Amino acid sequence: MSAAPPVLELKGITKRFPGIVANDSISLKLNKGEIHALLGENGAGKSTLMNIVFGLYQPDEGSIDINGQPVLIDNPNKAIDLGIGMVHQHFKLVEPFTVTENIILGMEPRKGINLDYKTASAKIKALSEQYGLKVNPNAKIHDISVGMQQRVEILKTLYRGADILIFDEPTAVLTPQEISELMEIMRRLVAEGKSIILITHKLKEIMQISDVVTIIRRGKVIDTVKTSESSPHELAEKMVGRSVSFKVDKKPAEPKEAVLQVNNISAKNKDGVPVLDGLSLTLRAGEILGVAGVDGNGQSELIEALTGLRKIDSGSIKVLSQEISNLPPRKVIESGVSHIPEDRHKHGLVLDFSMKENMVLETYYKEPYNRKGFLDYDAIGKQAKRLIEHFDVRTPSMDTLARSLSGGNQQKAIIAREIDKNPDLLIAAQPTRGLDVGAIEFVQRQLIAQRDQGKAVLLISFELDEIMNVSDRIVVIYEGRIVGEVYPESTNDQELGLMMAGSTAGGKAHE
Amino acid sequence: MSKLYKIFTGSIVVPLVAIIFGLIVGAIIMLVGGYDPLLAYQSLFEQVFGNLYDFGETLREITPLILTGLAVAFAFRAGLFNIGGEGQFIVGMTAATFVGIKVTGLPSIIHAPLALIAGALCGGLWAAIAGYLKAKRGVNEVITTIMLNWTALYLGNYIVNSFLLPEGMDHSEEIQPTASISIQSLVNFFNDARMHWGMLLAVLASVFFYYFLWKSKQGYELRAVGFNPNAAEYAGMNVGRNVVKAMFISGVFAGLAGAVQVLGVFHYQSIMSGSPGIGFDGIAVALIGMNHPFGILLGGSLFGILTYGSAGMSFGAGVPPELIRIVIGSIIFFIAAQGIVRWVLKPLYSKRKKEKVL
Repeated sequence: MSAAPPVLELKGITKRFPGIVANDSISLKLNKGEIHALLGENGAGKSTLMNIVFGLYQPDEGSIDINGQPVLIDNPNKAIDLGIGMVHQHFKLVEPFTVTENIILGMEPRKGINLDYKTASAKIKALSEQYGLKVNPNAKIHDISVGMQQRVEILKTLYRGADILIFDEPTAVLTPQEISELMEIMRRLVAEGKSIILITHKLKEIMQISDVVTIIRRGKVIDTVKTSESSPHELAEKMVGRSVSFKVDKKPAEPKEAVLQVNNISAKNKDGVPVLDGLSLTLRAGEILGVAGVDGNGQSELIEALTGLRKIDSGSIKVLSQEISNLPPRKVIESGVSHIPEDRHKHGLVLDFSMKENMVLETYYKEPYNRKGFLDYDAIGKQAKRLIEHFDVRTPSMDTLARSLSGGNQQKAIIAREIDKNPDLLIAAQPTRGLDVGAIEFVQRQLIAQRDQGKAVLLISFELDEIMNVSDRIVVIYEGRIVGEVYPESTNDQELGLMMAGSTAGGKAHE
Repeated sequence: MSKLYKIFTGSIVVPLVAIIFGLIVGAIIMLVGGYDPLLAYQSLFEQVFGNLYDFGETLREITPLILTGLAVAFAFRAGLFNIGGEGQFIVGMTAATFVGIKVTGLPSIIHAPLALIAGALCGGLWAAIAGYLKAKRGVNEVITTIMLNWTALYLGNYIVNSFLLPEGMDHSEEIQPTASISIQSLVNFFNDARMHWGMLLAVLASVFFYYFLWKSKQGYELRAVGFNPNAAEYAGMNVGRNVVKAMFISGVFAGLAGAVQVLGVFHYQSIMSGSPGIGFDGIAVALIGMNHPFGILLGGSLFGILTYGSAGMSFGAGVPPELIRIVIGSIIFFIAAQGIVRWVLKPLYSKRKKEKVL
């Protein structure tokens, strides 16, 4: 009975936006020293809820207690005063500034009229050591890795005296190693008496680190469970609202004629450093070729070369025996290549265009959309409607801006557009990045369906699980070259990991 | 419903309130300076609407502002800042003057359109230089268009000086009567106000702007490039070619503005000691019109009314005409700083306001 009150308690929080209830009477208790995961699909209302806790929105109904006391949080400064700190998914750091400068920004300690940089720096160093963050307070932000930048964000909240830390999708931008280091840091933080809310849709991480999970679906709390008493399957089912299979079902591949033949291509970046270095690969109709590798080993450049966005210095790229290297993108598209781009915001969509306009981004100049120089918006609307319905893109209307859709629905829209072009070769770059379980399942099924229809699918991904589950054959890219080829049935994470690190011992040499 | 809602939150209410705020700021400054703001604004509107001649002249003032406003807005819609309306205006003027004087023996029905087209085309090509440098060499169009403004000024003076200047004069000879686009019947009706076909052209240009940008295939490409050049390139559009095209069309609007001033208003071209300023005013008009062609029709009208009326303000209330620039400046400030306007309007519709997408 005399147990301490929860450090943070949300009671019946409701938040409505025009046409949608983002949070529907959500209640949640965060106890001291606990890691409480908030699990939900994209658009389930997690971010809205945390923005309410951080004072960026006001709830329409409900209240918030901190240490048993009701509080009103009407702006982020108030939240900070109350000991709430938020580690945003997209870092809010000034690149040319040092770590210390970034952390003290907005509350600079002064000595007379001068900035007391030394004291601040020492304090940050002490904090960094206390929590095992290993951050150099005098390094400039643009010189340190993404993982380190995230630690700076963590330090920023600690420096401001946060006791409750909210992590918004913290692992989305991290490498596997950085993720395990972050887990260590989070454990250390709770050991030192902090409490953590972890927003994520990655089940693996939740199982690893959290004590309690609250699952939110469509703005409502579905359940709150102890992690140790749950399983990934149960959580996934609650999150999506139906049962989900992690194992991708597929028939064995039946590869036919070669669709894509890349022979010994090389390219340099603008500093003259080779980024593709004699890369060769062959992809056949009816198979999915996975390209595994650590980020930055030439994957992006390979995709750019294949799609006409980058010139190559030597070598040849053939699609169905037609040479496409150094052709402009439109020619490449017309020769039967579709491309689900790595960065859907940068390349895949014009965010300020309506969904309708985005659906014909590559075909607008053809009949029936283009009639004598004028666009037939009825025909475009018909096409968009067909794709939206067929691929279940959830959008309020075809005239909604692409910007306002959730990431999963944006990706569905791109996939719909690319598959509908009926390509011979489908290039899928990181097609499930940032998507939740339900959407990932959808995307991977689509890729396999394309394969089964006899298309050639090139899958480039940093997620080993995805490569292993979806590909029929795997090649490993390292420093702009293919360093090995393996089959998913006869390899494992360790072997692939070694090859990705540049050791060719594991795999057979590429023919 | 949502469309209606958008009109009231987005496109109309904010500029209207910004205009009212601008007038209020002007009034406060007049009060501080010891003038009577009510009398001043009354004189301003009397000057504009008081008689037919002044009303006609106000329309004359508005016409080139609409065209240069469209020039700035068009480039902006394709993601470009055309600060060179001024230079394109001068080049358009000079080309129209040259064709208007040097080409002889054509009937009016051919000569006048020919001079207009020459002005529009040269203005377009002038702007396309900046577009080409941006597309091929990555030179920022803000820098090149500003540089081209000065080049145009001296080039225009050079051409007038060398080929078109009668002995001992400071302006060119008159254009051939066949090149004039004045509308004599309207000139008579408006008591000698300089009425011309360019006024109709400005309205048609706005309509063209709208249809081209939002209905045509080319317009779709230009907007895609403007919003996201990376996605445009990915989708197979030629980004560089679209940049040149956008600058060319933008320059056509500004060149047309210069041409109608010569062919419809002055009928000659002076040696200029400095920029005429109409190209720069186009930036303000585009801002007030929020880069929408129909907004620009209204924005250009407002700008023209205030500018032309400022003379009346000075006769009627003794207020220096420069003060109207403060009013225009404040209006632009309030349009640019929409947050202030929305903040003031917030209590009026706080419930419906947060159309924030999750």
